[in-house]
Amino acid sequence: MKAPVSWIKEYVDLPADVTTDELAHRLTALGLKLEAIERAGGDITGPLVVGRVLTMEPEPQKNGKTINWCTVDVGSANGTGEPQGIVCGAHNFAPGDLVVVVLPGGVLPGGFEISERKTYGHVSAGMICSARELGLGDDHAGIIVLPAGAGQPGDDAFDVLGLREEVIEFEINPDRAYALSLRGVAREAALAYDAPYVDPAARVTPEPNDQGYPVIIDDPTGCPVFVARTVSGFDPSAPTPDWMARRLQQAGMRPISLGVDVTNYVMLELGHPIHGYDADRLAGPIRVRRATEGERLTTLDGARRVLSAEDLVVTDDSGPIGLGGVMGGETTEMSEATTRILVEVASWDPVSMFRTGKRHKLTSEAGKRNERGVDPTIPEAAADRVVELLVAHGGATADPGVTKVGEAPATPAIQIAADLPARVTGMPIEPATVISCLEAIGCNVDGEEHLVVVPPPWRRDLTDPFDLVEEVARIVGYDQVPSVVPVAPAGRGLTQGQLLRRRVGRTLAGDGFVEVLTFPFVGSEAFDALGLDAGDPRRTALRLANPLSAEAPLMTTTLLPGLLETVARNLGRGTTDLALFEIATVTLPNVGVAAPILPVDRRPTDGEWDDLQKALPDQPLHLALALAGDRELSGWWGPGRAATWSDAVAGVRDVAAALGVTVDVRAAHQAPWHPGRCAEITVTDGMGAQRALGYAGELHPRVCKAFGVPARTAVAEIDLSALLDLAVEVVPAPSLSSYPVAKEDVALVVDESVPAETLARTLREGAGELCESVRLFDVYTGEQIGAGRKSLAFALRFRAPDRTLTEAETAAARNAAVALAAERHGAEQRT
Amino acid sequence: MSGPNSSYDPVQVTPLGEEQVFAMRDAALAAIAAAADLDELKRVRTEHAGDRSPLGLANREIGALPPQARKEAGLRVGQARGAVNQALAARSEELEAEAEDRMLAEETVDVTLPWDRMPRGARHPITMMSDRIADIFVAMGWEVAEGPLVEAEWLNFDALNLGADHPARTMQDTFWTEPAENHVVLRTHTSPVQARTMLTREPPIYVVCPGRVFRTDEYDATHSPMFHQVEGLVVDEGITMAHLKGSLDHFAQAVFGEGITTRFRPSYFPFTEPSAEVDLVCFVCRGTGEVPAPDADGGTGQSVTCRTCRGEGWIEWGGCGVVNPSVLVACGVDPDRYTGFAFGMGIDRTLMFRHGVEDLRSFFEGDVRFSRAFGTEI
Ligand SMILES: [Zn+2]
Repeated sequence: MKAPVSWIKEYVDLPADVTTDELAHRLTALGLKLEAIERAGGDITGPLVVGRVLTMEPEPQKNGKTINWCTVDVGSANGTGEPQGIVCGAHNFAPGDLVVVVLPGGVLPGGFEISERKTYGHVSAGMICSARELGLGDDHAGIIVLPAGAGQPGDDAFDVLGLREEVIEFEINPDRAYALSLRGVAREAALAYDAPYVDPAARVTPEPNDQGYPVIIDDPTGCPVFVARTVSGFDPSAPTPDWMARRLQQAGMRPISLGVDVTNYVMLELGHPIHGYDADRLAGPIRVRRATEGERLTTLDGARRVLSAEDLVVTDDSGPIGLGGVMGGETTEMSEATTRILVEVASWDPVSMFRTGKRHKLTSEAGKRNERGVDPTIPEAAADRVVELLVAHGGATADPGVTKVGEAPATPAIQIAADLPARVTGMPIEPATVISCLEAIGCNVDGEEHLVVVPPPWRRDLTDPFDLVEEVARIVGYDQVPSVVPVAPAGRGLTQGQLLRRRVGRTLAGDGFVEVLTFPFVGSEAFDALGLDAGDPRRTALRLANPLSAEAPLMTTTLLPGLLETVARNLGRGTTDLALFEIATVTLPNVGVAAPILPVDRRPTDGEWDDLQKALPDQPLHLALALAGDRELSGWWGPGRAATWSDAVAGVRDVAAALGVTVDVRAAHQAPWHPGRCAEITVTDGMGAQRALGYAGELHPRVCKAFGVPARTAVAEIDLSALLDLAVEVVPAPSLSSYPVAKEDVALVVDESVPAETLARTLREGAGELCESVRLFDVYTGEQIGAGRKSLAFALRFRAPDRTLTEAETAAARNAAVALAAERHGAEQRT
Repeated sequence: MSGPNSSYDPVQVTPLGEEQVFAMRDAALAAIAAAADLDELKRVRTEHAGDRSPLGLANREIGALPPQARKEAGLRVGQARGAVNQALAARSEELEAEAEDRMLAEETVDVTLPWDRMPRGARHPITMMSDRIADIFVAMGWEVAEGPLVEAEWLNFDALNLGADHPARTMQDTFWTEPAENHVVLRTHTSPVQARTMLTREPPIYVVCPGRVFRTDEYDATHSPMFHQVEGLVVDEGITMAHLKGSLDHFAQAVFGEGITTRFRPSYFPFTEPSAEVDLVCFVCRGTGEVPAPDADGGTGQSVTCRTCRGEGWIEWGGCGVVNPSVLVACGVDPDRYTGFAFGMGIDRTLMFRHGVEDLRSFFEGDVRFSRAFGTEI
């Protein structure tokens, strides 16, 4: 809402020393939030003066244009009193007209400096201004021609044009519809300064009679009040007065024609939407009803609309002539030929207005006010004000007929305990203060301890006691609320899951991984790029009805696309050695269950609550890793080490270890990984069942290409929720033997297909209880071993809890380990 | 090895007179002093203190002397050998210290060599700020509540007094999922967690919920379709706006420092009544709206408009209010017995002020240089 300050001051007598900034801040403190203060003409510096055109000589140019060489009387504003010679390209004026001239030295909006310059064979000393050049509107077709008598040549044009007006733009919250008018803004200003206020809607209006235009309301719920007035003898060519056009512009509306401008002006003034019809184009009585499904109407914006049975329509014998309260129809629109106008001011059901606006994707100044609720008691005043202005400026005559159908519904009273504001706000607000505050906003208050409050008709947002508490609180002042830290009962701290999630992030950061957060939106192209099969469950993703980008309409089921794009972005910015991680939920849709819209007047039943939960997609927390370039850099210490598949596996293993979970890995084939370099990460759950957590390894070379990441980029993705569930809550302390350790190394030659992990397990099993650890320390392949074979070297450590082991005991355990490996895997000891 | 000399041969007897023994001793001491390094000292030890050294041989011959001469000679030779051994030990210690000094000097390295063997890891500043905020409230006895990002329409809107025909629904540009009749949205705020908490816990309730939210905002320097909020909810007997103010003042000071308080402005949210916008004293200019001019003026005491708050002295931080009784009713809390308050702040926004982040997109681009700058705790 843009409110010119001079307009506010028409209705409220503010103290003389109140500045616009101060006023705006006081109103902000009351709840009308300051967005901006515009100072019209604030970016123009003089000299900007009134001039009278003395002569104008058209001079056709070679380029086909005709310019006018003018002399303009600018009084003594140019210092000489001589006429000023100015070249002007516009033609909408004549000698004798009063125009606006900017003289050399002036600066127009946009920093456009005016100086004497040679052009078209003349020295042009200034410029005759158009509205657009002065930032006053879009009209560039011609220059501004001031009304005769607007001023004398040489007068300062700032005042004549209203260029010193200040306009406060407020952000109006949806509950304060009354502040979408000067009437409402001025009322708040009066409240802020306890200043005298004149209600512009308080006017004596002619009594309704039966000579007015016939109106029938079929749906009084949808349209409780309909007031119609008519004027005749209207001059459709009568211009909109400058002051009105200027205020409309300042309020953000475009002047169109006097008939339309008057209805808009009164809407801004009083907050009530108004519609004007060309009365000669109406056929028969006006009837308000719900549309029939599929009925058609072309609205003023030229759109052909198919109506719904819920839409409220204004009709005449020809059918629908307007979408009630939202937008008028084309067939009865006022035109350059309109001489009789019917003024409609009707109250409409806000919910119906909101639905119709939404259904037809129609936002209008009228709709915005009607869907928030307007004062139903002022249609007569608003209609009368419109008639007054049409008569005053359009030469019209008010017809004697006054139609009024329906009555404004009474505002329901609200019961409120006088101490409720104090109890809710924590401010010591006396009942007397509560009453005076409520009266100050126009409420009628009865009672002392238990108050019966009837809100004023323009405050249809006030419906329950807490609404009144807010009113009292804002008038007493939100700055008066004391600051008291509430004392909570002893809390349980973070949950185990919350603590563990932090542990995962810290572990990875300690491992050199950098955390990133990416958007969860993907397109199916991303799944193609990952090389997922047509039947891959990860392709089943939740679709957004209104995605920001048509290329990414899905909620992702995997964190990898976002992570790989981030790798590529970092590469593009010159960072080549990368280890990234992301922890975020993915969305795994479940099929076809709708989330119920439950009642809100009671708690949902357990069954309803369960239905709601079931309708939501599964949203497990995932962890993804990506590595590219060097894991360890080369430097003075020696060569670097490129990140490989094993770093991705190690990252997952580290996280599992930090959570006290033992994971197993085994070779797997899974997109988007390299088929020979993909590890499936599994865990054994509480029931002893093996379950997959995710995968880690090197990306398939085709996937690297598709995402523009380096060859051999390694990634991992696991279901972190599942891993967190298995985390060890209480670690049992180890019991350590202090007897000496016995060490034995063994090198075993096996077939290449035997996994190292399996062989290590076998050794451990074979070595028995005395074996403390088995560690692989070397892998060798080569001619000495033979094709298809590999040699794995393990360090075994033995120790007993209660004695020093003898050499014989150690050797026996070692031999048993080797024997089991030979038996199970055909392992041969290498000597 | 000592013992009676059984192969007694008087011819080989060396004279063990005082002068001879002293000469042997002095020669040994001179050689020890002259030894330049440990190797040479080892040789000297063999030559002058070994079994076959003059003093060693002399010692062996003592046994061959007539008994009456043995004592005197023994004493003399013993003293000489003692002096030599002592000198050897002293010189050895001296030479070892010299050798160690030399070795340490030779092993000197350039300690300024770079140390960037493994690129540093980091957590995301938003994660860290979320944790920090959670910790502030956990320290007050609150708990951390959670809820899903893909949420039921009823919880995101209806339960919060945002019915289907509420004009404020269009204020929050919502991502809807298909099919529309499933009534599932991407949560537009963390407020559905309020409803979830009330529906799953009994009052007294003191919770915060940091988390991700989504709106259909175009992505630019100040808008993002995904951002982060922290929701706070208290439902207890006798809760007032004063407790809300106290909690937010404490929160502000814990995040931004001593003396940074909050201001309430009337506002509107369907789920709170009364509702307020929360402003924060600008922690850069501390509410004055001005900061000292850059040094170019040589500390002339001139000041310029604060960029963080654009001269307002206050920064918009979030929204809050008293929980609307209709929300309590929908969530099964007795509005006659309990009152509550709720607030919601932008975490991204909080970080932007606190750390001077100029472009919201920095949080979501994943440039490792950005996260690394913040390390692992914030
Ligand atoms: Zn500041």
